[in-house]
Amino acid sequence: MPQFEYAPAPESRELASIQASYRLFIGGEFVDPTDGDVGKTVNPATEEVLAEVAEAGAADVDAAVRAARTAYEQVWGPMPGSERAKYLFRIARLIAERSRELAVLESLDNGKPIRESRDVDLPQVAAYFFYYAGWADKLPYAGFGPQPQPLGVAGQVIPWNFPLLMLAWKIAPALACGNTVVLKPAETTPLTALRFAEICQQADLPPGVVNIVTGAGETGAALVGHPGVDKLAFTGSTEVGKQIARRVAGTRKRLTLELGGKAANIVFDDAPVDQAVEGIVNGIFFNQGQVCCAGSRLLVQESVAEPLLAALRRRMATLRVGDPLDKNTDVGAVNSAAQLARITELAQAGAAEGAQPWSPPCQLPERGFWFAPTIFTGVTQAHRIAREEIFGPVLSVLTFRTPAEAVEKANNTPYGLSAGIWSEKGSRILSVADQLRAGVVWANTFNRFDPTSPFGGYRESGYGREGGRHGLEAYLAH
Amino acid sequence: MAAKAAGTGWRPTLHTDQQPRVGIRKTYKLFIGGGFPRSESGRTYQVDDRNIALASRKDLRDAVVAARGATRKWAGATAYNRGQILYRAAEMLEGRADEFAGLGVPAAEITAAVDRWVWYAGWTDKVTQVYGGANPVAGPYFNLSAPEPTGVVGVLAPTNSPLLGLVSVVAPVIATGNTAVVLAAEGYPVAAISLAETLATADLPGGVVNILTGRPAETAPWLAAHADVNALDLAGATDPELATALEEAAAGTLKRVLRPATTPVDWRADPGLTRLTTFLETKTVWHPKGT
Repeated sequence: MPQFEYAPAPESRELASIQASYRLFIGGEFVDPTDGDVGKTVNPATEEVLAEVAEAGAADVDAAVRAARTAYEQVWGPMPGSERAKYLFRIARLIAERSRELAVLESLDNGKPIRESRDVDLPQVAAYFFYYAGWADKLPYAGFGPQPQPLGVAGQVIPWNFPLLMLAWKIAPALACGNTVVLKPAETTPLTALRFAEICQQADLPPGVVNIVTGAGETGAALVGHPGVDKLAFTGSTEVGKQIARRVAGTRKRLTLELGGKAANIVFDDAPVDQAVEGIVNGIFFNQGQVCCAGSRLLVQESVAEPLLAALRRRMATLRVGDPLDKNTDVGAVNSAAQLARITELAQAGAAEGAQPWSPPCQLPERGFWFAPTIFTGVTQAHRIAREEIFGPVLSVLTFRTPAEAVEKANNTPYGLSAGIWSEKGSRILSVADQLRAGVVWANTFNRFDPTSPFGGYRESGYGREGGRHGLEAYLAH
Repeated sequence: MAAKAAGTGWRPTLHTDQQPRVGIRKTYKLFIGGGFPRSESGRTYQVDDRNIALASRKDLRDAVVAARGATRKWAGATAYNRGQILYRAAEMLEGRADEFAGLGVPAAEITAAVDRWVWYAGWTDKVTQVYGGANPVAGPYFNLSAPEPTGVVGVLAPTNSPLLGLVSVVAPVIATGNTAVVLAAEGYPVAAISLAETLATADLPGGVVNILTGRPAETAPWLAAHADVNALDLAGATDPELATALEEAAAGTLKRVLRPATTPVDWRADPGLTRLTTFLETKTVWHPKGT
């Protein structure tokens, strides 16, 4: 069959209009940091510096928390839910209206393919605001008591893998419930959060209801430790999640954590091969595998392992790795040099421990942070690549013979965020889903998200749920 | 008949026509895996002139093993079956009301404890419907969220209510299919072990509830740090320093923690759903719809 070349189809980066430097968003205004430093955010696909970004110090965080407190007590807390709802609907609409600009900005700052930021992230971001807007005046019907009350000021720390989507997951339910927020985006991907601050201004959101403090770990620690914060929500690594849990011990701060995962994607012998392969690829190579619920452990029934892996390799050979702004790109850049180093280290450990790596032939750009889609076969449960979260486009393949063995291997992890099951047999799917210790189970699909659907993990994947009616619970007193 | 001498607890002495009979005293032991072992340490401490088993770290580990071993069967039991057993616990407790009265537990607290078992017995097959449900996702998917037990829950029993408080923290944990390792309040071991005896005759599978008497301040840190315990109810951790230390220890394995209340809990009040839902995980299952 002839190979057809793709012509380049680049999205215009002009849409993103990036400023040379960014300040903090506190009390409805962009302000200079008083005691912080300045960091840089780079385009991971080119290593080009995109902008200078303020790093909030303790005094800046304190100012943001105080602005949030004032807004909570004077404006947002007392406001009827029906009015709060209107602001959230406005925000949802503004996001949809400016979705192309936001998608380009996200891909530039994060390295993810425009196809994903445009077709997955942005529609979801708008949908989360739209969904939670509708809850704002219906909270007594949500099942958390007849007079649900907001908690106060929510401190929120989010990761770099879905910068704007994680912002939506955090801010939309918090605001719907009547809380005000101080949000710290990840230091490598602050730009869309700052653009969101402009959208808050455009929506005439009362000053102080949303505050954005950019910075790195120290800024986050200042927010976590601030006595004026009533509720903390964190999405990120299990290691940092444990530190935060320790830090809030003995306080009355409420805490929800959405942490790492090592999801098993289980393929039974009766699974439709082509659909399963698409699910496997989507499960591990979506967003370069930098997804906490990525299907990073493929468990294949032994009898179909050979044909399935052959089909998977064929499919992987068609993945297009490269410029995130090209509309034909499937796999973009890894988010940072540090993340690339971690992926590389773990992949090397996989080879050193005896597993066999395979990647399709692909030309990686010379500049930027790139890692070719990789699968490891011959993986055992003891291998580091089967136990540790890699957070990159690296799939570990294990085999099993019986459903019981599949369940045992799937649950053999301290994590419990997500899992996949591929089978045409409904009773088997339901039985295996019952036995898996994971908060989200995708059967004959993978990596689906929806604002109405709760998401969150068991065990060391953290606690609490985001999304759906359950997501309100984290922001209500009860 | 039964009589309670002030301050010394209950000592039955039955008289026959001919001569006073020497009563049989009870040895109070731990409740682990459905059995009543002594502490492996051989230690005891005294409460109301009785020797009470002083649980050790090893006893605690045994209790966690028993609780873990019981999870699959208990979580896998039908909600209807769990409800039957919790209701059976109410029956057993009602039948032993005199014994608890003899221990000095006020009659109102005993009946309230019985009623609490009944309340939670009725929740076992309703909590999934009330707390879970279908999610109307934007796409052709069947999408359902249902609560599941989180696993093994460590419980520090309340220190202000020997029977009602204890039932109020144990019943919600097991109603939803979790298993429990309970550290009885240091001052109320006898009521705790008597409750264990009611549970042992309520068809509750061994290991679903395990009760350790002794000094929670000594054993609780090991419970809080235990890697095979999924959650902690700190109801009885009234010392803020201890509560903080336990919460910090729990962070190491990201246990779900229910903190102690800041003011003493009125256990007679409507319990609400918090104790029932805190030890649940929500599992969401997606499946495509189509032909």
